[in-house]
Amino acid sequence: MSLLALFFGAIFVNNILLARFLGCCPFLGVSSRLETAKGMGIAVIFVTVMAATMTWLAYTFILVPLGLQYLYTLSFILIIAALVQFVEIVLKKVQPALYKSLGIFLPLITTNCAVLGVAVINMNEKYTFIESIVHAAGASAGFLLAIVLMAGIRERIEISQNMPKCLRGLPIALVTAGLMSIAFMGFSGLIK
Amino acid sequence: MMSPLRLLKNGILTENPTFVLVLGLCPTLAVTTSASNGFGMGLAAMAVLMGSNVMISMIRKFIPDEIRIPAFIVVIAGFVTIIQLLISAYAPALDKSLGIFIPLIVVNCIILARAEAFAFKNGVIDSLFDGIGMGLGFTLAMTFIGGIRELLGNGSIFNFSMIPSFYQPALLVILAPGGFITLGILIALFRNMQIRKEEESTGFKPDFDGWEKLDACEGCGLKKYCGGGGLSLPCAKEEKEGDA
Repeated sequence: MSLLALFFGAIFVNNILLARFLGCCPFLGVSSRLETAKGMGIAVIFVTVMAATMTWLAYTFILVPLGLQYLYTLSFILIIAALVQFVEIVLKKVQPALYKSLGIFLPLITTNCAVLGVAVINMNEKYTFIESIVHAAGASAGFLLAIVLMAGIRERIEISQNMPKCLRGLPIALVTAGLMSIAFMGFSGLIK
Repeated sequence: MMSPLRLLKNGILTENPTFVLVLGLCPTLAVTTSASNGFGMGLAAMAVLMGSNVMISMIRKFIPDEIRIPAFIVVIAGFVTIIQLLISAYAPALDKSLGIFIPLIVVNCIILARAEAFAFKNGVIDSLFDGIGMGLGFTLAMTFIGGIRELLGNGSIFNFSMIPSFYQPALLVILAPGGFITLGILIALFRNMQIRKEEESTGFKPDFDGWEKLDACEGCGLKKYCGGGGLSLPCAKEEKEGDA
């Protein structure tokens, strides 16, 4: 039950985008079409869960025994960068069709702070292995939910011709995200 | 060598990382709940930026072109770790309020973008001043946004009460939604100013469409590396410089 609470808490209550502000750049940049937003979200789920697994293993079995916890920033980012490269190469060879749809998003993910952020949160909260994976899956599913909602709204507001010039693009996207964030605050009573 | 004053002005005004380049949105939104938090975050990023710019410019002749991005990331992560340890030792309160966003300076696009666009191509002194200029621009913007949010949401600036007690502070502004909305309105005001200025100097309405600018490369300093769309501001700028 607590795993379930962790999972849904990560999606709705502590939504990684709308409550924790992690991964804003792709959220605003890649949300122009529903299809691409979906692709980006799925790629983020894939990489975040893998990165959470690898960083948890590296932290628990390499950094802690050697007393090198202070090097976590350096090692986490290297693990994530290497992992993204690795996933890209493997996907290209093994699943060309999947690579075609997800591949373009992979390099963007290296600098997506959501991936590193989830790894660091897992470490700070001292989650166990299973909890880390569940939290990573929940957080990245929250990312998918938010970016897909955003893309749906954006497809509509981009058509609007009456909007003042200075509001077009980034400013109105930010205000929309703010309104979505208010809506998501309603979930905060859901899980203690 | 470029004049240090011009480099500083470039970072603070012409290419302000927050309002003009719109880089590093996550910390800009997350830690600007008060002026002092914004200021602290800005200083931390500035220290990392100066260190990484100088170091990368020093070793740029030894880094092979193909692996420069991983090399930059290692240098930046090293400086972030140093700053993180210094902050937790000397400013534990700041460490607590910035929290997870100190390690996340590693993926702050401003720093990687400056390494790629400036430090890798210019001398040590120039890179140092570029780092200071960009860092000051970021710090000023963060403090400004933090100040506005603290004033509206808490009725104070830098913890000094500014507004008479009959005003009921709008708590929403310092909560998560307030971050998005405040930044959105500020950028809109800034763009309005830019559009007005252009209209005055050229005489007719500029053909400006914000939606075209908001593409996948928005806020990413790595477009050249990933081969993306090529519409984001810093990348477009770099190509223009190359042509000239």
